[in-house]
Amino acid sequence: MKKQKILVIGNGMVGHHYVDQLAAKNLPVEITVIGGETRPAYDRVHLSDFFAGRKPEELALTTRDYYRDIGVQAHFGDPVVRIERENRKVITVAGQVFHYDKLVLATGSYPFVPPIPGADLPGCLTYRTIDDLGEIRAEAKSSKIGVVVGGGLLGLEAANALKNLGLETHVVEFAPQLMGVQLDSGGGEMLRRKIDALGVKVHTGKATKTIKKGSQTRLSMNFADGESLDTDLIVFSAGIRPYDQLAHDADLKVGERGGFEIDFNCRTRDTNIFAIGECASFGNRIFGLVAPGYRMAEAAISQLTDEPIPFQGADMSTKLKLLGVDVGSIGDAISKTPGSIAYTFSDQREDVYKRLIVSKDNKYILGAVLVGDCSDYDGLLQYYLNKIELPENPESLILPATSNSTPLIGASALPDAAIICSCHNVSKGAIINALDAGCCSLGDVKTATAASTGCGGCAALLKNVIDGELSARGMEVNSAICEHFNHSRQELFDILRSKEIRTFHQLLDEHGQGHGCDVCKPAIGSMLASLWNDHILDNSLVGLQDTNDIYLGNMQKDGTYSVVPRVPGGEITPEKLIVLGEVARDFDLYTKITGGQRVDLFGAQLHELPSIWQRLVNAGFETGHAYGKAMRTVKSCVGSSWCRYGVQDSVGMAIRVEERYRGLRSPHKIKLAVSGCTRECAEAQSKDVGIIATEHGWNLYLCGNGGMRPRHADLFATDLDDETLIKYIDRFMMFYVRTADKLQRTSVWLENMEGGLDYLKTVIIEDKLGIGEELERQMNYLVDTYQCEWKTTLENPEKLKRFRHFVNEEIGDDQLSYIYERGQRRPATAAEREQRKSTLSNNTISITELSGRG
Amino acid sequence: MAQENWAFVCDADDLVPDTGACVLINNEQVAIFWESKTDTLFALSNYDPLGCANVISRGILGSLGDDLVIASPLYKQHFSLATGQCMEDAQYCLKTYQVRRIDGRVQLLLEENITR
Ligand code: SRM
Ligand SMILES: Cc1cc2nc3c(=O)[nH]c(=O)nc-3n(C[C@H](O)[C@H](O)[C@H](O)COP(=O)(O)OP(=O)(O)OC[C@H]3O[C@@H](n4cnc5c(N)ncnc54)[C@H](O)[C@@H]3O)c2cc1C
Ligand code: SF4
Ligand code: FES
Repeated sequence: MKKQKILVIGNGMVGHHYVDQLAAKNLPVEITVIGGETRPAYDRVHLSDFFAGRKPEELALTTRDYYRDIGVQAHFGDPVVRIERENRKVITVAGQVFHYDKLVLATGSYPFVPPIPGADLPGCLTYRTIDDLGEIRAEAKSSKIGVVVGGGLLGLEAANALKNLGLETHVVEFAPQLMGVQLDSGGGEMLRRKIDALGVKVHTGKATKTIKKGSQTRLSMNFADGESLDTDLIVFSAGIRPYDQLAHDADLKVGERGGFEIDFNCRTRDTNIFAIGECASFGNRIFGLVAPGYRMAEAAISQLTDEPIPFQGADMSTKLKLLGVDVGSIGDAISKTPGSIAYTFSDQREDVYKRLIVSKDNKYILGAVLVGDCSDYDGLLQYYLNKIELPENPESLILPATSNSTPLIGASALPDAAIICSCHNVSKGAIINALDAGCCSLGDVKTATAASTGCGGCAALLKNVIDGELSARGMEVNSAICEHFNHSRQELFDILRSKEIRTFHQLLDEHGQGHGCDVCKPAIGSMLASLWNDHILDNSLVGLQDTNDIYLGNMQKDGTYSVVPRVPGGEITPEKLIVLGEVARDFDLYTKITGGQRVDLFGAQLHELPSIWQRLVNAGFETGHAYGKAMRTVKSCVGSSWCRYGVQDSVGMAIRVEERYRGLRSPHKIKLAVSGCTRECAEAQSKDVGIIATEHGWNLYLCGNGGMRPRHADLFATDLDDETLIKYIDRFMMFYVRTADKLQRTSVWLENMEGGLDYLKTVIIEDKLGIGEELERQMNYLVDTYQCEWKTTLENPEKLKRFRHFVNEEIGDDQLSYIYERGQRRPATAAEREQRKSTLSNNTISITELSGRG
Repeated sequence: MAQENWAFVCDADDLVPDTGACVLINNEQVAIFWESKTDTLFALSNYDPLGCANVISRGILGSLGDDLVIASPLYKQHFSLATGQCMEDAQYCLKTYQVRRIDGRVQLLLEENITR
């Protein structure tokens, strides 16, 4: 069968979604996409993260390679200028011609710049693309004052960006209030107060008449009321207009507010031409959000299959944090519906405003406005979307929580059709299906359904649904760590802490059963270490230690050990390097530089460990905890002391944090890195804690991971001074130690955290749980009680007794066998051992026979 | 009745509660464990047939259901302390030895015909 040629114009968020979803369907089609921008689709919703340090590549939703791999032809940077419907072809600026069987318009929209004289002067900018933001950043460097024209959602986002760029920031709004589309006047007023309080100056009811070159500043704005405002740059955010110019030549219909007019199949009046996303007009409405665009893309794709699904409009409710202020708007927020009843709650002390709009009969929610506190948003939205009947006194839904108030609506009461994640259109039913198919954690469900991987706003609700479903199945959230304890790691941690239990036996007697095992013992050993920091080889603790910890070395495949001394920040003196070399030579240890900027010495037998470590400790080395689920290494680049680009002393900081956190035992290993500038030579963004120098201090990244499932760390806070940096890391690490599951890296811990990164910020930066100081105190206790585990062991003859292969003979394991390769030894493979056995009459080969070779 | 041949292998205080130690007897490496909750000693071959190394004495003691077990430190298979049976793979079974503690001395029962 001949393949249908599908041509997509525009490679924004919706165009990309269309291509990606269509390619996954394996239909007999040939897909071509023409993107007007020079780069493939990126995440416009998170565009502002660009200013927080997210690079364009990190915002990317796709790449040229990915398109090639899925068989999509893609062309970028050459916009289409004309559609010839009769010939079914399009022509680009550069004159390229593309033919189609079906054409999909996904051209999005552009910022509307009001026709004010002077609006085209240098310094007048818009906020829509990565290139726009690059220009704003460049322009801001030489600016002191910035004005945003437009007090809507995007305008306030732009204002936030200008403020973060260090500019004195103003918002100029034509209408009498902010966010007139989403908020009623009371909500708008509360928002204005809060934003004023943040130092952003809001001017409402102001019409800009002209823009001129300024005398002191670059620009000067004159308003209709005769006032003026001096500024260096202006960002226009006065609404969006669909890119629908292609309609005119092609004689396609446009809606009243512009946009290619479409029916519920997302078709224009030409049945071969679809339009989706922000360039489409459905019922004379433009949907300026990404989720409705995705629904259109899916509806348009379904028209190519036997199971067409219609596009039925979309909900425009939104929840945002604007300049740090929580704002939510649901449905008919400005009570347009005739006969509707409104309930309003306003608290001027806490600066919270809530308004609920309900139907005439007081039964259903029609809309809601929330400013200053969005905690009720999810619940109210579910009432609204699913037309759930309201309780008798609907106002109780927005009144402040009393001591024993319950959540608005239990997740279990929601119908299966309830949409839990609107970004990815995931219903409660789809989540239940994922659980049926074997998912059993938040992380699993996210991967399987994509729920909560968009804006993240649905995270709390998603978790409630999953927990509710799991416990309804009785497979409850079985977080018991093993058959010996009916408790999760976090619960055990709290028990140990509050009851000050210091031994496994006491915990087992009071809270467990059986004898313990290789799962609970190391986990509890680790918790006891994080709490009390006693020496792990003390008699009451030694039996809890895992394979490596129990002999303070990493066991290798043949039962020998590796030796990894700490090399803080990777900085090492020549004298110390020589000692490492001498020790390795004298004990014939295989020597390798590790991926963690230190040196690993392999092949030490149990009885050799004490003598090896005695020499290392004498030379000033400490244990590197390579054997523990503990703080491992702090990698660093050379930084400002030598590097011509360095802006801070990364080595100094690396050593400081390594010496602070050395020995800290945790649910899984923790790695850190410090880079001296944004070139990031220490690869800090792949670490649990990444620190990157800026001109003003340090940017802190958290919860990165290399290893099996790599994850880039998230930018957590910017431009911190040394003390704040340490404070945040203290709190972060102890919070992780307290609440993570056993063997859960920080990356997975964060992914499973209800509320995600934002929640983590409220705990660590805003100290919402009020435990900040306690976490710091615990960390200080651990820092103060630190001991080098090897040094203490060497000072204690009883402990050293265990470091013998045989307790009744002074020799080592006599059945080891090695091969010399590239000048060093390695364990012989099974085949090599066999071969040895047959060539030598003696059937055991001792290590002494072999040493000296190579 | 044949005379039982118990050989001294180490002092009781060479053992640490809830851990193992390895002794060499008649060219065999034997792992001895002291389970403290029941105050019982167990002895098994020190060779891990799955990991192919002499390391059993360095594993973690515990219980699975009603069985007392030792988890190999290499790949964590469990072996019954009483019978040596591998719980994950029926084809593997560690040799077990009789062991006792008398007057602070730990002894192993040797097979009739071998002497130290
Ligand atoms: C020695 C070293 C490889 C080397 O020759 O360079 C190494 C060796 C081991 N790694 Fe690693 N890792 C080493 C750097 C890394 C790195 C790179 C880094 O740290 O910059 C990674 C990826 C980064 C990360 O962790 O996010 C790494 C990711 C892993 C993982 C996967 C962790 C994950 O979250 O996916 C494991 C398995 C685990 O921990 O469960 C692992 C486990 C191991 C173990 C412990 C495996 C084992 O159980 O025996 C190896 C034993 C080390 C030994 O015997 O001394 N190793 N390992 C490196 C020691 C660094 C050091 O100085 O301490
Ligand atoms: C700062 C900011 C924050 C936002 N925050 C949110 C949010 O929190 N939640 C939310 O739901 N939405 C948000 N949005 C809106 C969201 O980004 C849009 O709804 C979404 O990007 C629309 O996707 P689209 O593909 O229709 O259009 P676009 O993403 O604009 O993509 C259209 C693409 O088509 C290209 N194009 C145009 N004409 C042509 C042509 N003739 N030939 C070839 N290519 C052409 C354009 O250059 C563009 O690359 C935000 C937008 C911005 C700017
Ligand atoms: S990260 Fe920057 S300071 Fe550090 S070595 Fe690289 S370029 Fe130099
Ligand atoms: S609603 Fe945006 S990620 Fe789920």
